[in-house]
Amino acid sequence: MTNKIISLEEAVAMIPDGATIMYGGFLGRGSAHHIIDALSKSGKKDFTIIGNDCGMAQGPNGDLWGMAKLIHNHQVKHVINSHVGMTPDVGQQNMVEKTLTVDLIPQGSLAEMIRAGGAGLGGVLTPTGVGTIVEDSPYCMGKQTIEGKEYLLMKPLHADVAILNAHMVDKMGNMWFKGMTRNFNPMMATAADLVIVEADNVVELGDIEPENVHVTGACVNYIVDGGKY
Amino acid sequence: MDKSEIKGFIAKRVAAELKDGDVVNLGIGLPTLVPNYLPEDVHVILQAENGIIGAGIPIEGYEEPLYNIDAGGGNACAVRGGCFVDSATSFGFIRGGHVNATILGGLEVDEEGSLANWIIPGKKMPGMGGAMDLLVGAKAVIVAMEHTAKGNPKILKKCKLPYTAVHCITKIITEMGVMNVTDKGLELVEINPEFTVEQVQAATEATLIISPDLKPMC
Repeated sequence: MTNKIISLEEAVAMIPDGATIMYGGFLGRGSAHHIIDALSKSGKKDFTIIGNDCGMAQGPNGDLWGMAKLIHNHQVKHVINSHVGMTPDVGQQNMVEKTLTVDLIPQGSLAEMIRAGGAGLGGVLTPTGVGTIVEDSPYCMGKQTIEGKEYLLMKPLHADVAILNAHMVDKMGNMWFKGMTRNFNPMMATAADLVIVEADNVVELGDIEPENVHVTGACVNYIVDGGKY
Repeated sequence: MDKSEIKGFIAKRVAAELKDGDVVNLGIGLPTLVPNYLPEDVHVILQAENGIIGAGIPIEGYEEPLYNIDAGGGNACAVRGGCFVDSATSFGFIRGGHVNATILGGLEVDEEGSLANWIIPGKKMPGMGGAMDLLVGAKAVIVAMEHTAKGNPKILKKCKLPYTAVHCITKIITEMGVMNVTDKGLELVEINPEFTVEQVQAATEATLIISPDLKPMC
């Protein structure tokens, strides 16, 4: 079996300037914090980032939390999120400094567009956003009426790299999530060219019973043994 | 009515809309007060769109805030009998009509049953989060909010802010009354006895249809 475990430094080295990055997490729960922190100190820039939100300006640690660090450091040029209300830096850089572009996408559509990207589908037909400014989104390919009901056709999403987090990861990369940290991680595991998962705990093969594997390690290229954050 | 009583009064009336076994999604703020007013024999399944079906106060072993928050960022976990799901599953559940009611506030609502609450262009752009999906997918959409904002009507003929969703609202509940959204417009079906119909209409930009069967709100 190939050894998938790499160091934090090796993981960061795989992410070039200008990369499109998907990242798991909901307000930083289920985010690869060690990798994000290392990336925020790397000086790398011009990222396009795809996730639910940009973490928090004030996380549980009372400070910048998760992707908010990369935003704060001006390492990001484009954000694709459903909600950025917890990170005022995004509004500031978008509306005042005009250095950051933002596409807001309904959370359910975003999840499904990522899933479509990883599942070989050409898009998603969803009733969400009909009659709203989502119809003008560059990710909306138009409207279709099916059996009398209107739907928006939303594009699938792909990324160069996905940085994920799971509570337990075995050496194959099989993932098990604790609490509500699953959120966007499973879909993203399938939608990026390079998938790196940060484990709170690396465990042996078999420690996660096959029935209880939440996401197959077959999608995972590399594992970072992050330890508890 | 005392300002401090208003939220509880609205939440209590909203609670009367819920039935035992309903799957319910609560928006942030006022809606989170609703469970406090449920009768003892009514148990609802709270759904948090970030991936909890059967959400509640953290139980032993799930207190860790790194793993357990609800969609509003409050401390929450799956209670016994509940479960955690990923975001695609969570929103499939929502759009698929498996949520009986979503209860949320609004910056503006209108007589067409449309709602705006996610963006103030050029000023605030928090994002829609899961609101658009919830409004489209939930079987009943109950708007629970104060009738006016700083004395200005929030119940309009047509929303001025960008829509969160159109033609989606089932019912609007405020401290002044209960309004159903009908094909003809907003029908006032209950009124807080502290107000007259004229006072409610004066605080509402939309023209209210007064139910012939208007009841006191309690």
